[in-house]
Amino acid sequence: MAPVKVFGQAMSPNVARVLVFLEEAGADYELVDVDFQAKEHKSPDHLARNPFGQIPAFQDGDLVLFESRAVAKYVARKYKTDEADLLREGDHSEAAMVDVWTEVEAHTYSAALSPIVYECLIFPLMHGKPTDEKVVDESLGKLRKVLEVYEERLSKHRYLAGDFLSFADLNHFPYTFYFMATPHGALFESYPRVKAWWESIMSRPAIQKLSATMTP
Amino acid sequence: ETMAPVKVFGPAMSTNVARVLVCLEEVGAEYEVVDIDFKAMEHKSPEHPFGQIPAFQDGDLLLFESRAIARYVLRKYKKNEVDLLREGDLKEAAMVDVWTEVDAHTYNPAISPIVYECLINPLMRGLPTNQTVVDESLEKLKKVLEVYEARLSKHDYLAGDFVSFADLNHFPYTFYFMATPHAALFDSYPHVKAWWERIMARPAVKKLAAQMVPKKP
Repeated sequence: MAPVKVFGQAMSPNVARVLVFLEEAGADYELVDVDFQAKEHKSPDHLARNPFGQIPAFQDGDLVLFESRAVAKYVARKYKTDEADLLREGDHSEAAMVDVWTEVEAHTYSAALSPIVYECLIFPLMHGKPTDEKVVDESLGKLRKVLEVYEERLSKHRYLAGDFLSFADLNHFPYTFYFMATPHGALFESYPRVKAWWESIMSRPAIQKLSATMTP
Repeated sequence: ETMAPVKVFGPAMSTNVARVLVCLEEVGAEYEVVDIDFKAMEHKSPEHPFGQIPAFQDGDLLLFESRAIARYVLRKYKKNEVDLLREGDLKEAAMVDVWTEVDAHTYNPAISPIVYECLINPLMRGLPTNQTVVDESLEKLKKVLEVYEARLSKHDYLAGDFVSFADLNHFPYTFYFMATPHAALFDSYPHVKAWWERIMARPAVKKLAAQMVPKKP
């Protein structure tokens, strides 16, 4: 199998989302930089891979994909083994629980948490924009309510979809990793089961390896 | 798993409930819609931890999040003739997922503000249309439809030459968009318009669409 290609930088949360699954699978891959300063993301070559001009894009032979969660699912399916089955598509009930909490990450968890990452890290460091504390405060309020639900869920099960690590848990990694680098990371201290769940994700060798490439 | 009717909690007119119902109709499943009072949904429970609609029940399996419910339905009732996820084929499944994500993260954020401002806010909330929001959304939507036009010039459907979950996900909000004053926008994108008409011609979609039109008192 020739190495697959991921187009974009490891520090981009949605690129990292794909890299998590490649690292977990121990897959051979090549990371190809996309130079935003040079507007490479709007170049004909990149638009042929991602018609919306975003990162990541992905290539496996003649298959070209975009949308980080779609790419991540492809990776999880392609490299699935009996021991490493992150989607559980062979069991309708388990697969459904994986999908439920994957959707929660996409539509509820990240909606509350990512504005804090943008305001506290991405805008100041990468765009020279000041932090809008009002946005941060509103988001923290929403995030606390979300974390209450997660605390309840994780007091019943070791992981989000059940007592098995899944695609749902690992999807939380990129933005949560950056959240921990903001001044508000200590929020998780108030939610001990959530904190323990996060620490078990962070302790995974694949996550440790990827984290090192995401730190400036 | 039982083949007794499954239950969907929420009104058929709600876009995210309709997302689930269109899949149930496509697979020919027996189901019951249990209309839920929004006030009742404020009471969150372990089964509905975020208090949203739709919620879903199949025996003792309780689910929420419309796209997760829809996927469960499409897997459970999958037949050779009705395979809308294509999970047996790595490449096809990936293309279904790509365009399902595009609906969720790109198409929907462009089209849904127009539905809210032109229909839901005036009719259901007594709020006036914010024309600035509508205009900005129309500009975003045009750019999205340019990409869809290019895609649908190559294939009859979004994931390829087969209808899939990706196409059906576009139904609820697009259906309501067609009831706004901006429906004619699709005329500028002939392949997109033809694709939409193919979706609307499907018996399952027609049946559900009839339930989504407000009944006159």
